[in-house]
Amino acid sequence: MVCEMESDQSEDMDIVLSSMWPEDINEAGRQFNVEIPGGDQDMLKEVTINKEPKIVDSNRLMELTNYSDKGNWQLANLVKNWEYKQANAVRLLREELDNLSKQQQEVELKKLEILEEHRFEQDGYCGDKRPISILDENLKYFYQDAPRRKNEVVFRDEKVEIDAEYDSVVYWKQHALHLEKLLEASLRREQLLLEKLQESIENLERQSSPVEELSQVLKRADNFLHFVLQNAPVVIGHQDKELRYRFIFNHFPSLREEDIIGKTDVEIFTGSGVKESQDFKKEVMDRGLPSKREITFETELFGSKTFLIYAEPVFSKAGETIGVNYMGMEITDQVRKREKMAKLREEIAVQKAKETELNKTIHITEETMRAKQMLATMSHEIRSPLTGVVSMAEILSTTKLDKEQKKLLNVMISSGDLVLQLINDILDLSKVESGVMKLEAAKFRPREVVKHVLQTAAASLQKLLTLEGHIDDDVPIEVIGDVLRIRQILTNLVSNAIKFTHEGKVGIKLYVVQGPFNVIKQGSQKHSSDQSTVTECKQDKNGIYGNTNGQGTCENEAPMEEDKESQSNNEEPVVWIRCDVYDTGIGIPENAIPTLFKKYMQVGADTARKYGGTGLGLAICKQLVELMGGHLTVSSMEHHGSTFTFVLPYKVSSITDSSDDEELSYMENQDHDLNDGNDDDDLRSGVFTFQPLTLGSLFSSQTSGRIQKLSPSDFGFNASSNCNGRLEDSLSPSSNITYREMSSEEGNRCSSSDNRHLDAKNDQGHFRPYAHPIGSLNSSNNFEETTSVSHQTQAQNGKSSDLKPKILLVDDNKINVMVAKSMMKQLGHDIDVVNNGAEAVRAVQSNVYDLVLMDVYMPVMDGLQATRLIRSFEKTGGWDDAVKAGIELQLPLPNLQLEKPRKKRLPIIAMTANALSESADECFANGMDSFVSKPVTFQNLKQCLQQYLAD
Amino acid sequence: MLGLSVDRLRGDMNRLLALLFHQGVLDEQFLQLQQLQDESSPNFVSEVVNIYFHESEKLLRNLRALLYVLVDREFSEYKKMGIHLNQLMGSSSSIGAKRVRNVCVAFRSASDQNNRAGCIRSLELLEYEYCYLKNKLHELFQIEQQRSLAAAVRYPVLQQRPNHHT
Repeated sequence: MVCEMESDQSEDMDIVLSSMWPEDINEAGRQFNVEIPGGDQDMLKEVTINKEPKIVDSNRLMELTNYSDKGNWQLANLVKNWEYKQANAVRLLREELDNLSKQQQEVELKKLEILEEHRFEQDGYCGDKRPISILDENLKYFYQDAPRRKNEVVFRDEKVEIDAEYDSVVYWKQHALHLEKLLEASLRREQLLLEKLQESIENLERQSSPVEELSQVLKRADNFLHFVLQNAPVVIGHQDKELRYRFIFNHFPSLREEDIIGKTDVEIFTGSGVKESQDFKKEVMDRGLPSKREITFETELFGSKTFLIYAEPVFSKAGETIGVNYMGMEITDQVRKREKMAKLREEIAVQKAKETELNKTIHITEETMRAKQMLATMSHEIRSPLTGVVSMAEILSTTKLDKEQKKLLNVMISSGDLVLQLINDILDLSKVESGVMKLEAAKFRPREVVKHVLQTAAASLQKLLTLEGHIDDDVPIEVIGDVLRIRQILTNLVSNAIKFTHEGKVGIKLYVVQGPFNVIKQGSQKHSSDQSTVTECKQDKNGIYGNTNGQGTCENEAPMEEDKESQSNNEEPVVWIRCDVYDTGIGIPENAIPTLFKKYMQVGADTARKYGGTGLGLAICKQLVELMGGHLTVSSMEHHGSTFTFVLPYKVSSITDSSDDEELSYMENQDHDLNDGNDDDDLRSGVFTFQPLTLGSLFSSQTSGRIQKLSPSDFGFNASSNCNGRLEDSLSPSSNITYREMSSEEGNRCSSSDNRHLDAKNDQGHFRPYAHPIGSLNSSNNFEETTSVSHQTQAQNGKSSDLKPKILLVDDNKINVMVAKSMMKQLGHDIDVVNNGAEAVRAVQSNVYDLVLMDVYMPVMDGLQATRLIRSFEKTGGWDDAVKAGIELQLPLPNLQLEKPRKKRLPIIAMTANALSESADECFANGMDSFVSKPVTFQNLKQCLQQYLAD
Repeated sequence: MLGLSVDRLRGDMNRLLALLFHQGVLDEQFLQLQQLQDESSPNFVSEVVNIYFHESEKLLRNLRALLYVLVDREFSEYKKMGIHLNQLMGSSSSIGAKRVRNVCVAFRSASDQNNRAGCIRSLELLEYEYCYLKNKLHELFQIEQQRSLAAAVRYPVLQQRPNHHT
């Protein structure tokens, strides 16, 4: 291979050297990995190499090459390379020389031969003549020693043909001539060789000096570097020990050479990242190890850019660090991309998290929907038929039955009630759990609630227990909360307490505890006595449900005002009331307490057997309390009793309604006359006790404890004979509540609509749900009769579930009637329908309705006139106007004159189509209470019912 | 197969309903009507709507007669028309037939002003809207019927035997 190259070399040398390509055969070339420059040499020529960016401190380079190992090594390489080339050249020359000297030797030999010949000739010429043939042979022999090739080449015409006769003069002459020619040729050749030698020597002299070649190699390397780097976003530099730039290559220089060389980074430019890069270089120098780092610069000079910097220390021969080489590549875009990617990845992760969250939510929503569905199913599928069964059984119980049948029936009813209760519990629980349960905010009086709960409990009490309630004075008279739920909790806890208490007492204690906004208002105390009378009156209406709360009826007295008030008092102070329900019962074993509030859990299987129950009650209580923002706890000592405590926040309401006042005081006065004011400070009193009665006939008629729901209806009407035949039972409570025997109301009209109670012999009063009690001033003439019905039970409330409000729909449009009827049905109401105003008047005359929905435009008689007639009746107590208006009253109405006027205004709601001219004013002017716009929707029907049938 | 067709029919129904809502032919009241349909009254909507059609046709006939036949006794005539229109308006709004109801309103105001030309125009428009509504609702009920048939096939218990008797 070497030979091959050699042969080229002598010819190509000039060209190769003139092009700046390094030799591929030498070390330097190999170091740069250069391809053999061939046909594509032109490629490079097209490239204009910009040399400008290169800034070299050549002194420093010298220094470097002199002192640094690396430079040294590089130099050594170059020198070796040069030496190698020189050696090559020398060898070539030497071979040439050998060649020449060989030829010279041959020439010399030839010369000798010639001389010999000549001597021989001379000899022959001078001495005796010897046959040349021998000589010839000798000569031949002699010549055989000479190299054959040379002979052939050089002495092609060796054999001289001489025609002349041997040894003749001519012969010798010819011979001499011939030899002369040979000599001449030999001399010529010698001359040629000499010239060639001369030429070679000159060539040798012309050959480049090592420095020149070295610089050429360097130049070529440099050019390559430039070529490679001309567009690269790369900065290359060398800095000395003090980190001053000695060399910098920057293809996109923003500073001139003199601005950089001899300065440090910090001196050149400022900004964030500069110091860091300098420190990094320093660190590299200190450690003596190369390193890479990404540094973001934020400089005025070139803005925000990120560089990946590679720095390596440079050592002197002695091993000292004398500087640092560094190379920086701009990677701003990559960094940006990377950051973007990271951000994207982060976003994706967030998205995924959100997605899972969403899926969860969807799952939960689905669950909730299922729960709702279950609720609906439950209520429809189980509750309705069961209610039917129980109601029928109750009706059945009012018919003539023998003792045995009655007993069986009672068991049946009480079992049915238990199942209903159970279903209600489960529904409540799932309502709370599925988030369907909505809390209502209504005013109520805690004292009354406590009292009624205790009364209710007392009413069905079958044990010798004292029930007591104690309410601290600082508990507000009226607070706002979901009274039904609170009552539910209390009832649940109390009945639980009673269930597990065999002797001693069960009590409720209410007192205010510290809360963040604890304000107590007592401004309403002056009305306290009034309240009881109002509720009392109401009792008549709500007879069956009995011992519940007076609060609802109070509201009913003036629903609009109440509403407004509660709305206006947006920022009522909040009071935290703690409620203890304690008993002296069997207590709860400590190990059972943790599971006490869990669903379907009871203290033990034994307990479940002994006391019954589903174990849902406490779970519901706890959930309800927590739903209302409070907490429920329990403390207990086995065999000594338990105390359930819940703390709830309530808004405090203030009572300032003056119109309410007047009415109340008016009634109070009335009441005092009749009632001896025995309930005067009921509202304010904070202590109630229900002592056990002497148990005359406590368990006589009932084997299975009829649950509270029906019993309270009897309570308060003890003297009147009882439809359910459980008079004895109701005697038990209320030792401290005096009640008065109900005056018989012979004149009382039995509600014709209330057929199911017609069988009862003495259904006056408490089964006359539609005789509206006091409330209008013109009732005074019949007042005594009415009020006397119901003095005994204070503050009764609660609509009987058995008695649905009666609603009359007056509309002539079949479609409207169908739709409204169907909606009402779904809302749980059956309604009567008539088709015009006249029929409406007749219907109101012969039935007692709680609500009338009246279309305005109707044939025969429109809604406005019908309303006027009804109002007129309410005012005068007679249907004279109606008769005048040409309505044929259906019955002769024997008791027309005896008929008491209504105690309460019958709510009449107009149904108006907004597009029509009937105006709200017109409706109000004609005595209507409100209006709903047509077409009727669930929404406006529900609102209407809530507003007017709220009690 | 059957399940698919049930879904398809339900989709058709929903599309048709959406179209009718979009066109303003129906409004939310129709949904209220649909809510009233449950197991106890599975055909409530179509029952109500059929009665509506029946009543409305009577009313439309009356209106036409009033407008074209009894031309001379004008005032009482317009008053009667007003009553009919009230009826139609009330029932239309009850089933959510929005466009019919709107035309009724216009009709009524025309009759209030004793504007015969306006009344005639309104009647024509009313009849057109009424026919459109009727066609569309018939279409809807037809799909619904097919759907309930398709749905019922899977449950032999719910076969349509009562229909064969009628």
